[in-house]
Amino acid sequence: MASSDQPDPAARYRLMRLSRRFEETVHEQFQADMVPGPLHLSIGQEAVAVGACAPLTDADSILSTHRGHHHCIAKGARPDRLMAELLGRADGYSHGRGGSMHIAVPSLGILGTNGIVGGGIPIATGAALGHQVSGSGAVALCFFGEGAAANGVLGEALNTAALWKLPLVFVCENNRYVELTPESVHVAGEIWRRAAGYGMPGETVDGNDVAAVESAAAAAVARARAGEGPTLIEATTYRWFGHYAGDKAAYRDDEEVSEGRRGDPLVRTRAGLDPAAADAADAAVEQTIAAALEFALASPIAGEDILTLGHYAEEVR
Amino acid sequence: MSTETAARPLKFWQGVNQALVEEMDRDERVVLFGEDVARVGGPYGVTRGLLDRFGPERVRDTPISEALLVGLGTGAGAVGLRPVVEIMFFDFAMLAMDQIVNQAAKYRYFTGESMPLTIRTMCGAGGPNGAQHSQNFEAWFCSVPGLKVVMPSNAADAKGLLKSSIRDDDPTLFIETQGLLTVRAAIATEGEGLIPLGSASVRRAGDDVTVVAIGRMVDRALAAAETVAAEGISVEVIDPRTLSPIDYPTILESVSRTGRLVAATEATAPCGFAAEVCARAAEACHAELVAPPTRVCAPFINIPTPVPLAEARAPGADDVAAAIRGAVGKE
Repeated sequence: MASSDQPDPAARYRLMRLSRRFEETVHEQFQADMVPGPLHLSIGQEAVAVGACAPLTDADSILSTHRGHHHCIAKGARPDRLMAELLGRADGYSHGRGGSMHIAVPSLGILGTNGIVGGGIPIATGAALGHQVSGSGAVALCFFGEGAAANGVLGEALNTAALWKLPLVFVCENNRYVELTPESVHVAGEIWRRAAGYGMPGETVDGNDVAAVESAAAAAVARARAGEGPTLIEATTYRWFGHYAGDKAAYRDDEEVSEGRRGDPLVRTRAGLDPAAADAADAAVEQTIAAALEFALASPIAGEDILTLGHYAEEVR
Repeated sequence: MSTETAARPLKFWQGVNQALVEEMDRDERVVLFGEDVARVGGPYGVTRGLLDRFGPERVRDTPISEALLVGLGTGAGAVGLRPVVEIMFFDFAMLAMDQIVNQAAKYRYFTGESMPLTIRTMCGAGGPNGAQHSQNFEAWFCSVPGLKVVMPSNAADAKGLLKSSIRDDDPTLFIETQGLLTVRAAIATEGEGLIPLGSASVRRAGDDVTVVAIGRMVDRALAAAETVAAEGISVEVIDPRTLSPIDYPTILESVSRTGRLVAATEATAPCGFAAEVCARAAEACHAELVAPPTRVCAPFINIPTPVPLAEARAPGADDVAAAIRGAVGKE
């Protein structure tokens, strides 16, 4: 996607709406038994992805998580090929054999969602290092959840990124749930405050406010591009659904969920738009989603011909 | 290849150092990161001189963060560099298993793109290093699709195989051995000295028994072959050099001809590299085998720190010789 100098609420809304409708649609496909793998829905968290990716260009790298459809869409992934991947179709980004946790589009700087919590953090740091060494001016942005904040690699990455002033933006997407248990089981203190211990800027933002996320990310990306080093942003939001599609999330009560959903970032952004423009965005998104689903369903189901594909550069006996 | 190639004896570490210098000279995308690799040139001096020659952007000391270290290589490899990362001791790779096995090794599978990462590490066998600095885990990594595993046994192979590993577009685990670092071998003074990955070396030709050996066991197998030659037993010694992908055609041709196999490693025996070679030979050469394939490995006990005790535990040339005699029914 192209970066823009000025925040464009209509464009941000449209992208969040695209992510929301993409996931609602793929969730329906899951319930119809059309998704041959797990799904981790990011519904409710769209503002974090769209705001954080807004200052980035295709040359910039992101690392995503097990819950990363919204990151991919925000970084410019095609909804049709993304849908095909989740539906196990040959035209998916990973030939339909990777699924939700193994999506990558290196040409767009999407270096991967990830099946390992925290697994992308060291790679994001390496991408930032690569950008620094090559002097390209590109940056890396690392999404991770509050659950990954308990993983040792975060400390390793914060330390080295700060030491070497790497062009890296850490974005902790705190959705208040770590798999099947609440944040309180997992996280001591406030994650964004850890930045101070490493001598880097840290801040917390309302992760349901796309403009606030974008503003924080834009400042952090500008610092990174200027050679001033990494920033840690904690964006607080709420995971509307269970850990995985099919998880009824009986471990939390309806009242809490209703309260959490009241922060809907789409409703908030839409309220600031001209109603006719918002309606037009919704209609355009519906067309895109319908076309994406049609594309995915028309694509062949991934067959055994792709089992051995792409393990080594050359055929290995 | 010309019959008279100019060569001089260099130590194993010099072969590694030459490979790094030549590849970094040749390709500015090649970078080196690791604990103590820059300022002091490595705890055993293997990377000496590189910081001065190539500067602090390309040669960096890293914090003690092994998982991050491998991720630094993977991420930098994903955006256009050809990183070499050094994990000081092989045992420390245990801290980086996710980044090696789940991330770097699967990058091409998930993305379709190259991952030109070389992970150098050193097995501490041969030094006073003890149970957390001396272990041989090569077999673990040979079970991972997407990774290549290289384990040279001499200076010339170390140089030629490291150069090929750096130029390779897949992640490669390159295993050095402390006990070999100061052992000399002839290295050509002209030419690249490249050795392709996946190509075994027949170190000694023979007809009665095939010995497949890796790492320090190669020299011990050659010594054993010399010993039993005096007893009238002709031994072929094969060093696979690349453990994954392994050059089975060379090994199986030899076993089919000799009908006998001894596989020797310094690792413990269970589920090890020697076991894998024996299993494959049993499957592929059943009709030709005249004796059961035999493993020569370390006993299933930990590695003590004092060198005499560690070497008492390690399999030696006498153990290989005994296995050879057993294969031909002479004991």
